[in-house]
Amino acid sequence: MYAQMVKSEATNEDPEKLAAFQARIDAGEKIEPKEWMPEGYRKTLIRQIGQHAHSEIVGQLPEGNWITRAPTLERKAILLAKVQDEAGHGLYLYCAAETLGVSRDELTEALLSGKMKYSSIFNYPTLNWADIGAVGWLVDGAAIMNQVPLQRTSFGPYSRAMIRICKEESFHQRQGYDIMMKMAQGTPEQKAMAQDALNRFWYPSLMMFGPSDKDSVHSAQSMAWKIKINTNDELRQKFVDQTVPQAEYLGLTIPDPDLRWNEEKGGYDFSEPDWSEFFEVIKGNGPCNAERMEARQKAWDDGAWFREGLMAHAAKRAARKIAAE
Amino acid sequence: MSGEWPLWEIFIRGQHGLNHRHVGSLHAPDAEMAVKHARDVYTRRNEGVSIWVVRSAAITASSPSEKGPLFEPSNSKVYRHPTFFDIPEDVGKM
Repeated sequence: MYAQMVKSEATNEDPEKLAAFQARIDAGEKIEPKEWMPEGYRKTLIRQIGQHAHSEIVGQLPEGNWITRAPTLERKAILLAKVQDEAGHGLYLYCAAETLGVSRDELTEALLSGKMKYSSIFNYPTLNWADIGAVGWLVDGAAIMNQVPLQRTSFGPYSRAMIRICKEESFHQRQGYDIMMKMAQGTPEQKAMAQDALNRFWYPSLMMFGPSDKDSVHSAQSMAWKIKINTNDELRQKFVDQTVPQAEYLGLTIPDPDLRWNEEKGGYDFSEPDWSEFFEVIKGNGPCNAERMEARQKAWDDGAWFREGLMAHAAKRAARKIAAE
Repeated sequence: MSGEWPLWEIFIRGQHGLNHRHVGSLHAPDAEMAVKHARDVYTRRNEGVSIWVVRSAAITASSPSEKGPLFEPSNSKVYRHPTFFDIPEDVGKM
């Protein structure tokens, strides 16, 4: 899940309008940008879609780290295409957020000032090629769990962005699993690398869904508005149930001694991640937070002359065209 | 600073002789760049054979609050649909 712990905004509006709005959502209608919506709905969505967009963009960094060192030309081309998709996903989502009345620059500046967050998962390093496999398999796998139900979200532009993203995302998970299969079937050293990558990414992947929110008022409001479809625990359970057999096929071990099948609930029992680590990471104290923000800041600063140059060029050409007419 | 690239709406024609269809929007400094960006953002998997770009500011939209009066005239004319008329089966295909 690329949006974690999104707080819903309180809404102080005409109860009649609010009830009519809720009735539309309950009837499965999509809300479109120019239609009336509660301030809280608008603000919560800006926060959630913005955080999701930032995650797609920052998420390019750990994978981009391995483009120049991919083991074959084919894998390099595939990884490049995947990272390009992430940029595209960020753009779809930024545009969806902008329909709510926030500008692209405002969103970027909020990320750079630390006012807006991105997913905790991207603050972990990708140390070797097996990590690229683990990221595709587990991180994109966890993202899909959240994004598939969000295709039915109540806000039209968000729903449409999610539909586009989901179409492309399953390529990402499969390319990751393909890397894991290759390594797990390789030399003992390669298999050990795959196991090590799973060991390091397992709990951070479980953290992507966020802490349990079954008692959270924010989640209850977001679920009523259909901008959140499932609880964090439901999605985490689904992810574990789906992933364990995939790990078994690879001959790899999930790093959780307490993981076992629970016949009664029809799912696995598993250990919770270390939530104090999660809160440290979202506070900015993860292994790569500083590096990620430096990279985003540098890209923003170094790209300024280019953004401004193209605008100046466009203005000059437009003026020349008018003069010629 | 308000040097933000303007917003463009992107329309793509799919492979099968269909109309151009709105697929989303993006920022670009001018029309030429908007087409190039649209290629990268919206047609990475062969989704189209042709791209239109239009400045978002140039689009005039109907207002959601006028939805009732704007579309009422067609709502009340159900006879425009062929299923309005009952044709006896004996007549055959029509």
